[in-house]
Amino acid sequence: MNAKCPSCDAQVIVPNDVINGEIVGCPDCGAEYEVALTDNGEIELKPSEIEGEDWGE
Amino acid sequence: MKSIGLIYDRIRWDEKALIKASRKAGVPLTPIDAKEIYINAPEDSGVIKNAFGDIVLQRCVSYFRGLHLTVFLENMGLPVINSFQTSLICGNKLFTTMALIKAGLPSPKTHAAFTPQTALKVLDTIGYPAVLKPVVGSWGRLVTLIKDRESAQAVIETREEIRNSLLQIYYIQELVERPPRDIRVIVIGDEVVAASYRYSPSNDWRTNVARGGISKPCPLTPELEQLALKASEAVGGGVLAVDCLEGSNGLLVNEVNNTIEFKGISSTTDVDIAGKIIEYTVRMAKK
Repeated sequence: MNAKCPSCDAQVIVPNDVINGEIVGCPDCGAEYEVALTDNGEIELKPSEIEGEDWGE
Repeated sequence: MKSIGLIYDRIRWDEKALIKASRKAGVPLTPIDAKEIYINAPEDSGVIKNAFGDIVLQRCVSYFRGLHLTVFLENMGLPVINSFQTSLICGNKLFTTMALIKAGLPSPKTHAAFTPQTALKVLDTIGYPAVLKPVVGSWGRLVTLIKDRESAQAVIETREEIRNSLLQIYYIQELVERPPRDIRVIVIGDEVVAASYRYSPSNDWRTNVARGGISKPCPLTPELEQLALKASEAVGGGVLAVDCLEGSNGLLVNEVNNTIEFKGISSTTDVDIAGKIIEYTVRMAKK
């Protein structure tokens, strides 16, 4: 599955077994997106959150 | 069959592994994006159970987001892994140190100061090099090896300028003489399931896998098992990663991590850590 990078228009590869919320990266501009699967099975790319100071384990 | 609500805000390798493990075990698991929900306090217990299942596996990468959801869910009667108490202690390095000391466990000598002047005083007293850490934070972020007074002044001044109250709590530790690695031990409930060495990458002294640390197999010795189990108990138990240092006088517990990342250690062992977490979660829901 492919989607268009909202930032630079390049093709972003989305794995076939993608899980809602999974992070994908644009091979051209390097932007990171969170995959959102719509009810009719379409893929939307949402900008992923930027690392926060409280991120981790 | 008991159902699990997996609360996340970012699907990492670990969350994917947990989702797969639940499918394999035939355990109903609903991923819930913490960024898409809000809470009402109080809330009807039926509504909560319907939305979150019988038990929640809290897997937010944002510590505070996870902690605040945990306090809500737990007080509304839903068990959460890890518990609020465990999450609170493990999320703060000084709280963890105090829990370890109270339990009589060996840990690096630690000092805390609350102004730049007293932080410098501590460093001047214990001598250089020493380690300065933020009390809240992960992945080695802002964990600094201070080699001399000039570096100490620079780092402390920078932390003051950041204007974050938590960064003005100065948590200072002796630099433990150790091999260029630490030991990560995974504890799930009362079972010690795996251990790995984490070697520092060539360009850093820290061993965090998020900073390029390299995981290698490590034998689980009875000493390591016992220490990790006691450390887990000291912070309230749950699904935890106990980080130990090989000091010159024996093992020391350095940290206990709460929302554990297990990608690195999984590359060194055949143990199905995700599967064991799911098993444990189901078991805790039945209690």
